[in-house]
Amino acid sequence: MTSTKKDPVIVVLQLTGGNDYFNTVIPYNDPLYVDNRPAVHYEQDQIIKIDDQLGFMPTMGPVKNLYDQGKVAVFHGVGYPDSPRSHFRSMDIWHTCEPDKVGTEGWAGRLARELDPNKENVLTAINFGHGLPRALVVPGVPVAAISDLSNYGVLTGISDVSQRSKALDLFQRMYSPAIGSGMVTDYLRSTGMEAMVGADIVKVAPEMYSSSVEYPASPIAAHLKDIAQVHLAGLGTRIFYTQHASFDTHAGEAAAHPKLWQDVSEGIAAFFEDLHAHGEGDNVVMYLFSEFGRRVHDNGSGTDHGAAGVAFAIGDNVKGGMYGEYPSRKAEDLEQGDLVPNYDFRGLYTTLVEDHFGLDAQPIVNGQFEKLGFL
Amino acid sequence: MPNKESLAQMAHLMRRAGFGATREELDRYVAMGYEATVEELIDPPQDMPAGNMALLLRYMPGCLLPGGVPQPGQYNWMFNMITTKRPLEEKVALFWHQVFATGNSKVDNCDQMLEQLVMFRKFGMGNYREMLVELSKNPAMLYWLDNNENHRDAVNENWGRELLELFSMGVSNYTEVDVREASRAFTGWTIAAKLPRQPFGRFPWAFEYLAEDHDDGEKTFLGHTGDLNGEDIIDIIAKEPATARFICRHLYNFFVADEVQVPAWTIQDARDEDALEMMINAFEESGYEIKAVLRTMFNSDFFKNARYSKIKSPAEVVASTLKMVGSYQTPEPTIPDIGPESTYMGQSLLDPPSVEGWYTGQEWINSGSLLARINFVADRVANTSLPGVSAIIGHIKSNGVNSPEELVEASLEHMGFLEVGDETMSQLLDHAKAEGNMNWNDEAAAGTRVGEMLALVGATTEYQFG
Repeated sequence: MTSTKKDPVIVVLQLTGGNDYFNTVIPYNDPLYVDNRPAVHYEQDQIIKIDDQLGFMPTMGPVKNLYDQGKVAVFHGVGYPDSPRSHFRSMDIWHTCEPDKVGTEGWAGRLARELDPNKENVLTAINFGHGLPRALVVPGVPVAAISDLSNYGVLTGISDVSQRSKALDLFQRMYSPAIGSGMVTDYLRSTGMEAMVGADIVKVAPEMYSSSVEYPASPIAAHLKDIAQVHLAGLGTRIFYTQHASFDTHAGEAAAHPKLWQDVSEGIAAFFEDLHAHGEGDNVVMYLFSEFGRRVHDNGSGTDHGAAGVAFAIGDNVKGGMYGEYPSRKAEDLEQGDLVPNYDFRGLYTTLVEDHFGLDAQPIVNGQFEKLGFL
Repeated sequence: MPNKESLAQMAHLMRRAGFGATREELDRYVAMGYEATVEELIDPPQDMPAGNMALLLRYMPGCLLPGGVPQPGQYNWMFNMITTKRPLEEKVALFWHQVFATGNSKVDNCDQMLEQLVMFRKFGMGNYREMLVELSKNPAMLYWLDNNENHRDAVNENWGRELLELFSMGVSNYTEVDVREASRAFTGWTIAAKLPRQPFGRFPWAFEYLAEDHDDGEKTFLGHTGDLNGEDIIDIIAKEPATARFICRHLYNFFVADEVQVPAWTIQDARDEDALEMMINAFEESGYEIKAVLRTMFNSDFFKNARYSKIKSPAEVVASTLKMVGSYQTPEPTIPDIGPESTYMGQSLLDPPSVEGWYTGQEWINSGSLLARINFVADRVANTSLPGVSAIIGHIKSNGVNSPEELVEASLEHMGFLEVGDETMSQLLDHAKAEGNMNWNDEAAAGTRVGEMLALVGATTEYQFG
């Protein structure tokens, strides 16, 4: 639990495409690592050693710095039984917590509903990027989607002030709730109203923001910078969501994977540096996940879809270190050539919901799952 | 003068089978008749050209071979959507791009993405089995799903799996063993040596079959055993009832009315089972001809009665708006700006988020994308200097539109014979009445007023449907 009275905040950073666990937190002393990865492995002297068994892949230096400060928790062998090895199905499962049927509600959307049951703040949850991930979609729960914070509003093209104000009045009337207009139209109306109200509030964030922290030039860093601005403006946003892609390294992994993690690691470092420079961040937990890990043996150029993966929590109040067991890499222990998950991802959500937000996790994750003591 | 109902019916057909139509085009189609129009769309005469590539080559040569950057490829395609005289061919290409979703984020070669589009235009309305064979040989697809890394001694399942899961049958109609066997059958289907980018630059890819890299051992796929090769797999897939159902449901979802999202198809009934049956029959009886399904579908009552039952995709919003306002009939210097517009609304053409394509229908809408849609349309239709807008204003003026009621009605007609609910209607009327009758003596101010009314119609909830 946070010791201050500030409301707890989560930043979800989704590593879309299936991050290669085996090549991210590397059991470098295990001969099975290089044996299984004749084409796609990192050299011993490049791996950033954590202890005598494990190391981060070479471009995770900024994450290692935070790890050394005790702010990074690493979760091993995360997944769920019977991985379908399909991006979409797997991402759906992570988003909805429904491994056995197709779910329609996202866990982070349900969390937003619990945090703001009366919908008092249309900015309780914001996705930074185009569109909404399913994790944030729950009918009737407003979630903003901001692709670019600097240009966000309704009918921004009408420059005449009085005409724009009349047009906005009409817009507001047209998008007010109405009875019997049908499910999709109801959804359009509420989305339109939320957009209008949210745009009005959020426009102060870039105006208030000033910082000496330089973010690197990458899409994920740009989103994290927007998140920092909105968080620092104190608009009551509790759930920030963004993603980086594509970790789907079937081929050319040796070139693609380091660049992906370089952008993510440098962005995260700048983000926390920015928050700390403003005396903030102690109530923020960042959570990183991917829909699955990748196959143990490489395919000559990359790696195919696998099962168990790695997740991370980063923050001032996170109890850093290693959690859980790295799944066995021995051939006889693999399932269809994949690491077998030994920890259900819904336990991480449960820990975050209960020990960070202080809410009952059961209705959010649809069941009871083993927690980990990282908060 | 055609009656309003036939114009509205035709406007519906052209929104679905194309990217909308100008008033002049609607008049021509209505004069020709509905079924004859469907035939022209399905089988366009040779003298009706697709987008004018010669013009693009002259003014914007870079966008014909855009290399690794999607944007030039995106505005190239958007120019095609806006100017083509073969609108259904282009719409069908967009359909296959959604189903056989291939992304430049990985392909990193937009030249090949555009080449894939050419293939969709050429084969998209033809035989589905042939289409799958072409797709299996398409270099962008081979690279996107790693079949160039699928070797006799090191099977890569990516293409084999998605062929079954997303391009033909859908999940739960095959086993993991079938995935493996299909992948084995496609070993050796690759692209000719991909030269390194440095110092050669991007090199055109070509399909290549390497017999020595093909696993010619015995395979058993969906109950068929033998030395199966890729085409054998496709023959088997095409005949599967699950395939007919899956492809027809995609066509229904794209052209008729929004379905639930694809992953829910195994557990949720079709929106209109009778309609789907009709389409499946047309597919199977014709020997998997897409044209046959399209003909049955467009001429059916279920299609004609499905006005405004789909949320427009971002590509449809951008293309139909630009077509309506008459922009970019030639490659104007600012044409690169239209490349990313649909991206801002959640649909980055040539670069879908994944091989599953985009989530469609209601999922196009969130507060960010709704703002982007409304603002894009408003900024264009309120710009009275654009040729299409000034033509609409001229039309409205010459029709003697004077009262606020007439202004609202005419604006709805020009925005695609949009049907709005009673409440929206009364709110638009209240807004119009506050400024009284039209004053055509001040032509500029009257034009501005029409443009603003068009923008407000574009901002309604109803206009988000197509």
